[in-house]
This record gives sequence, structure tokens and C-alpha cells, in this order.
Amino acid sequence: MASRPAGLTRRQVYERSLKRRSLIIAGGSTLAVVLAVVILVPLSPGWEKVKLSFFNGEVFVKTFPKLLNAFVLDLAIFAWSVPLIAALGLAIALARDVRNPVLYPLRLFGAVYTDLFRGVPVVLVVYLVGFGIPGLGLPRPWNSPYIWGTVALVLTYSAYVAEIFRSGIESVHNSQRNAALSLGLAGKDVMRFVVLPQAIRRVIPAQMNMLIALQKDVALLSFIGPVEIFRQAGVFKSLLANFTPYVVAAAIFLVVTVPATRLADYLIAKQNRSRS
Amino acid sequence: MKLRLENVQKSFGQTKVLDGISLEVAQGEMLCLIGASGSGKSTLLRCINLLEPLDDGAIWLDGIDIAEPSLDPQPIRQRIGIVFQSFNLFPHMTAEENVMLAPRRIHRKTRDQLRQPIAELFDRFGLRDHMNRYPDQLSGGQQQRVAIVRALAMKPDIMLFDEITSALDPELVGEVLEVLKSLKTEGMTMIMATHEMDFAREVADNICFLDQGRILEQGPPQQIFAAPKQMRTRDFLGRVLGAHKG
Ligand SMILES: Nc1ncnc2c1ncn2[C@@H]1O[C@H](COP(=O)(O)OP(=O)(O)O)[C@@H](O)[C@H]1O
Ligand SMILES: [Mg+2]
Repeated sequence: MASRPAGLTRRQVYERSLKRRSLIIAGGSTLAVVLAVVILVPLSPGWEKVKLSFFNGEVFVKTFPKLLNAFVLDLAIFAWSVPLIAALGLAIALARDVRNPVLYPLRLFGAVYTDLFRGVPVVLVVYLVGFGIPGLGLPRPWNSPYIWGTVALVLTYSAYVAEIFRSGIESVHNSQRNAALSLGLAGKDVMRFVVLPQAIRRVIPAQMNMLIALQKDVALLSFIGPVEIFRQAGVFKSLLANFTPYVVAAAIFLVVTVPATRLADYLIAKQNRSRS
Repeated sequence: MKLRLENVQKSFGQTKVLDGISLEVAQGEMLCLIGASGSGKSTLLRCINLLEPLDDGAIWLDGIDIAEPSLDPQPIRQRIGIVFQSFNLFPHMTAEENVMLAPRRIHRKTRDQLRQPIAELFDRFGLRDHMNRYPDQLSGGQQQRVAIVRALAMKPDIMLFDEITSALDPELVGEVLEVLKSLKTEGMTMIMATHEMDFAREVADNICFLDQGRILEQGPPQQIFAAPKQMRTRDFLGRVLGAHKG
């Protein structure tokens, strides 16, 4: 037998060599693709023009600070929407779960609400609420597109978030409910202390994905007024007759959403591992 | 304390699962339910705890018919503890929090008020070192003992046990059965569905043999095990005791 590094089992030596091999292959093929793109794309006839209007270094440097500034507004709208969406989403999920006949209207409302707002494109809700309600002639500050734009996002997203919470609630095994009931706990305590904490833990990865989608959809508010990053990029585009500001905006979004997506995937993988 | 069941009936859809069960348990007595899987033992225990509504019949607990459908089940369940085959501890809470939850919410006690008496309970069942562990950090036997402590913390008048050792590795069965013996010495009233025939013979005051939702035979263990009157009881005991020896 060949000699092996001290302290390693046969299996570990074998797995190491496998790993080294696959790393070399993956690295080599990635390098080949990147080289092909870098060499071939600039050879295409329109490349010079595309480069000038989409990847213009000068425009990049000029617009980046202003765009980053506008992005702060996106973050702010996002930040105050999230707690509202979480609270409303949870309330709707719980409303859909009530069994008391007196509260039947609440249950019905929950069902209609989730069907309605999941059935209409976000951008339409943004238009209808964002233009429609201030159009009623409300006094300042109640005619602000910030408020009604946020309301539109909250309405749509809480419908999705509610359904995710509900799937989490239903995934908690009935034996947990029974165990809690058998101790003499009231139905609302069973929900609050036994079912909900387990349900919420299970849906955290799914809700993270909703947050990522929301972060991007904040840009839709640009259609009704607020000068957030997407609208600011549009302003620069007209001003400079150049598309680079959009690329800058996309890059800024990616810096936030890519780590968030990775984190969500990591949480999902971790959860799958712990359940198997 | 006295529990008396009178002609209890229960169906799931078209299937009759309990077909006229009548029995009595006196204060401090231990009753063991034996019978093949599917004979209705679990359903009977769940009916007594009001987790399943009866179709007909009565359950008298100290002169009150707790099967009355219009009664609020909560205060009744507080008087009747139940422990399940699959432990059903709350996985997101430590052992101590599992035990504290019901007394905190129902008796409105604070954690500080509960810490001392609950620590004593854990001590009594040899669980002192495990109070702050989560269920998945405990062995099956430890989890089941925590589940028993959780039910006892509500100071029930009667305890129901549904095959609480069936999901355990054989070497962990003993520690859980010991707990039941010590409860028996303290005078706890208990009904237990079980396949542990040796234990039933040694500790039970009475045995009920269930068959297809009926009590086919009941009596003290000496009688049921030594001289079963019914053919089906003999068959059943022959099967389980034979399997046990083999
Ligand atoms: N929730 C239920 N729905 C329908 N059938 C059930 C339900 N629970 C139990 N049963 C049926 O009732 C019968 C008795 O079951 P069970 O009380 O669990 O018996 P045991 O505990 O003696 O094994 C079985 O035939 C079982 O399939
Ligand atoms: Mg059973």
C-alpha cells in the first residue's frame, strides 16, 4: 500500500483526492467559459456601442454616489414595510384559522383577502392604490405617494406572507396540539406557545425569499412618484443619454440581494439537514 | 376521587371503535388496558381526556358527567393527565419550560414561584441534570419521564398512560416503569394501556381485556393471567406471552 499522510484514514485519503480532482475540473471549465466570454463578446460587431452606452466608466463614476443615495430611500421603504407586512400577514393567517362561528366573517375576509391580493400583479396594486387613493383629494400629508405606495406593497406582500405562515401552522403535527390541549391549556395559548413558535421557525427561509422579492419590488414605487434608485437611474438615463445608470442600479441591488439569497438557501439547507 | 365509565360509544365514520365500554377506577387504583393493536385502547384514553368527543354514554368523575358535550373541557383536562406513546414534548422548549408552561398559563404562577417545586419534581424522577436540555438532547426514556413530570405538574387527580414504553429501546423501559411504580406507592390513580404483561401482572389492581371495542373480560391480574375465562383472552395472552418468552 502507498504511504499516506499521518492521522488520515483510507477513506479520508480517498475523499481528499476526489475533492482535489473535482476542484481542478471545475476551475478549468469555469476559466474556459470566462475566457470565451471575455474574448468573443468584444469581437461582436456591436460591442463598442454597447460598451459605451451600458458600461461607461465615466458615467458610472458620475452617477454612482447619487444612485447610492437614492437607494437609501428603497431601504427605508423596505424597512418600514417589513414589520407591517409581518404583523398583517400573521393576523390574516390566524384569521383564516379561527373556528368560532361568531368570527366566521373574519375567516371569510382572510380567504378573500389572500385570493385577491395574490391574484393581482403587484404593479397594478401599486398603480391603483398609489394613484387612486391620493386622487380622492386627501389633505397633506395623506396624499403622499410614499404612504400609499407602502400600503400597496404591504397589502400584496402580506397576502403571500399570510399563506406561508398558514402552511407553517398546518405543518405542526396534530399530536403537538393534543399534548398541549391535554394539559388543559386554552386554544389561544396552544397556538401562541406551542404551534406558532414551531410554525414560524419552519417558514423563516420561505419568508426570507419574500423579503428578497420585496426588496426588488420597492422599485415599482418609482411609477407613482418617489425618487428611489430606479427612478433616479431613469433621470440620469435621459440626462446623459446613457444606460450605464441602470447597470449601476442593478449592481447596487445585487450587493444586497445576493448575500440575502445565499443566507436563505443556507437556512433551507440547514433545516432540511436537521429534519432528516 | 372516582372514575366510572358507562356504556361509552365511539365511531370513526362507519367503524365502531368503542362499543359500550363500562368500567370503574377507585382512588389509588391502577387499571391496565390490554388487547391487540386496534382494539380501541388509545381511543378510550383519549375519550376520557376529552381529546375525542364520545358519541354516547357517560364518564362520571366525582359525580360529574364530564362527557356532557356542553361542558368546557379545559378545567376537566387539567384534572386528568395523559402521557402518550410518542412523548410529544414541545421541541422548542427546554425540559423545564415544557413542564412550566401549563402551570404558568393556567395557575398564573410566575417562573420564580415554580422553579423550586418543579426542580423537586425533576429531582424525584432523576432528571435534575437534564432540566435545561431540549427534548432532542434527551434519550427516549428521559423524554418520557419529562412528559410524565409535565403532566404531574398540573397535580391531576388521575393519570392516563398510552403505551408509554412502546417507543423505547428495551434497556430504557425499566426506568419509565419504575416511575409508575413509585406513583402507585404514592397513591396516584392510573389507567394504563400497555403491552408490558409482566408489569401489569405485578403492579395493576385490575386488568381490562379489550377486543374490538368491547371489554371482553376484566378482573384482578391473578384471575386474568392465571385463569382467563374467554377463549379470545387466552389466545391473546398466549400470543404475547409466547412471543415474550421466545
Ligand atoms: N382518528 C381516527 N380516525 C379514524 N379511525 C381511527 C382514528 N383513531 C383510531 N382509529 C381506528 O380505531 C381503531 C382503534 O384504534 P386505537 O384506539 O388506536 O387502538 P389501540 O390503541 O388499541 O391500538 C383502529 O381500527 C383505528 O384504525
Ligand atoms: Mg394505541
